[in-house]
Amino acid sequence: MNNSEKKRMNGEAEEENEEDVEDEGRDAWERTYTDERSWEALEEDESGLLQPIDNKAIYHSQYRRRLQSLSATSAASRIQKGLIRFLCVVVDLSKAAGEMDFKPSRMAVIAKHVEAFIREFFDQNPLSQIGLVIIKDGVAQSLTELGGSPEAHIKALMVKLGCAGDSSLQNALELVHDTLHKIPSYGHREVLILYSALSTCDPGDIMETIQKCKKAKLRCSVIGLSAEMFVCKHLCQETGGSYMVALDEGHFKELLLEHAPPPPALAEFAIANLIKMGFPQRAAEGSIAICSCHREAKVGEGYICPRCKARVCELPTECRFCGLTLVSSPHLARSYHHLFPIEPFTEISARQFELSRVASKTCFSCRESLLTPGTNKAGPCAACTKCKQYFCLDCDIYIHESLHNCPGCESRRITPAAASATKS
Amino acid sequence: MATLPSKPIADDVSLLVVLIDTNPFFWSTSSSSLNFHQFVSHVLVFLDLIVRLSQLNQIVVIATGHNTCDYIYDSSLDTDQVTGEGELPALYSFVLQRLEEFVDKDEKLGAKQEGLSEKRASSLLSGSLSMALCYIQRVFRSGPLHPQPRILCLQGSPDGSEQYVSIMNAIFSAQRSMVPIDCCYVGSHNSAFLQQASYITGGVYVKPQHLEGLYQYLATVFAVDLHSRSFLQLPRPAGVDFRASCFCHKTTIDMGYVCSVCLSIFCKHHDKCSTCGSVFGKAQLDAASDRKRKASES
Repeated sequence: MNNSEKKRMNGEAEEENEEDVEDEGRDAWERTYTDERSWEALEEDESGLLQPIDNKAIYHSQYRRRLQSLSATSAASRIQKGLIRFLCVVVDLSKAAGEMDFKPSRMAVIAKHVEAFIREFFDQNPLSQIGLVIIKDGVAQSLTELGGSPEAHIKALMVKLGCAGDSSLQNALELVHDTLHKIPSYGHREVLILYSALSTCDPGDIMETIQKCKKAKLRCSVIGLSAEMFVCKHLCQETGGSYMVALDEGHFKELLLEHAPPPPALAEFAIANLIKMGFPQRAAEGSIAICSCHREAKVGEGYICPRCKARVCELPTECRFCGLTLVSSPHLARSYHHLFPIEPFTEISARQFELSRVASKTCFSCRESLLTPGTNKAGPCAACTKCKQYFCLDCDIYIHESLHNCPGCESRRITPAAASATKS
Repeated sequence: MATLPSKPIADDVSLLVVLIDTNPFFWSTSSSSLNFHQFVSHVLVFLDLIVRLSQLNQIVVIATGHNTCDYIYDSSLDTDQVTGEGELPALYSFVLQRLEEFVDKDEKLGAKQEGLSEKRASSLLSGSLSMALCYIQRVFRSGPLHPQPRILCLQGSPDGSEQYVSIMNAIFSAQRSMVPIDCCYVGSHNSAFLQQASYITGGVYVKPQHLEGLYQYLATVFAVDLHSRSFLQLPRPAGVDFRASCFCHKTTIDMGYVCSVCLSIFCKHHDKCSTCGSVFGKAQLDAASDRKRKASES
């Protein structure tokens, strides 16, 4: 109770502990004026109108730092990534989730971003499955079973949004452990806990449960919404997951989406296996069959399981009758960019660009001028290490975050002779 | 970027990015009734049609060569226009001139490489698709209003299997940005990559039966903007083949085995994955220590 009152008085709940020590009486929004002087960043153009603050350079430097930290961890050798993931998302719906420090309430913010996360997760990991667990009144309940259809999970979550009672971390871990224990050995077992409470009411020794999870090779990560807790930190350290505390809504969204791409897999965690999969063909137009998911007659568009000839409505799925995993080749292809990532581009300062004497001062892929508008000087840009073409900053971000192809490298034909020459 | 999302100007204003296949290996050996000159003349009339349909329509032409890809024409750059020579309008003469320059450059780049004995020489479709998508992203960033973008591939060369991963990456990126990829395939056998591209992104795939009337196919199917497509009966794909091909024999298979580490597809059960080297059934650490032991023993 005391905690929440203090938070409401401060106006912003998420602060690092060090800052609280310095300015006791002032709120965070007041501190941005006294310490950071946000008005000095404003600029006016010739006619006296306010210009929008150029966030582009800041955004790009943030992006580059993130890219560097990612590539530093993967280093020279290709780190294996866990591509077939079984993830349990645990949402804490205890009384603390009703706090209003995230507008409109923590619960609403969590629900909104979990929906976006689920869609992004299935987009990046089409062969994986998610299960939802909620903690309410000190008990953990499984909201949805492990499954591969995003709509089912989102629908189930939106219905059950009410917070009450205490939070129990141990019950959640026990439930998740029982659920993930049954999955095949080639899958990577992960748990993502969205924890709002500052305490946990456990029926037994949580350290034992943590050891049990560690032995079962569960990788537990926690995103805290209030403050750092020792038990969460210990859990994440023991199981090899990541523990982060969200500062505000934007930060929370960022932290959540960081868990969508596959994490580096520890070698001893998953056993490589050959999984038997079927690649169904589309049913002929106008053919009528009873589909196995809805148990009703449907016309045309559907897929036919190659083993038992049952009709399924969408892919990827598991055939209900013979248990064969059914996928289409684009689903596998979605994960290939994790296996063949492109290298980050090197940043070229304006001076280096002018010294390079390139013929055309335009970005190779979008043909936008690389010169700063209104002047004749080159702005910052990026260059690919392999094909040596220049790209503008926005294309750099788009290429690495969405496209995963370097247009310069793709527009060159490398003969096998040349390729072996560069390798040796 | 944390900017306001830009909205389409109007329902019927489109930005059409046309990818023209200039691969000399295909055009010189093509046995169909269409040669490259006739093909370009059909396409030029089609481009003119698009420009005339609405004042705000924009066209960008990118050429897909055998050794490189490049921008040929961008209708939003007025300063590039050359005055028309005689009977030909400015647009035609400019595009023809640039195409000639591009084909020369493509040939020169190819002359440097020796020993190129490819039976089925493919063009660099992934390069031009990537460039087209980057250009479309630039248009999204350009201002508060933008035309509705779409990509039209005029392709004849066969699929290059080495480009599979890059083309799929481009397709998924187009799907995310909601950019349809249409295709008018003028080659001999259907292109599986482009059929998948059109299916996944919601575009139209057409393989014209009578190539002499190519302009008619282009004008009736591809000239219409995205909004009006919902009112038309456009050609539907007969059957898109989503079956995978196995990595060992390159045959299409109905059921196969997938390596859980690198997702390579095999038709038979193997002990070891040929792509990533993981030993199946054993934990990776044991397998690695086995290899080290064997190496130290021998």
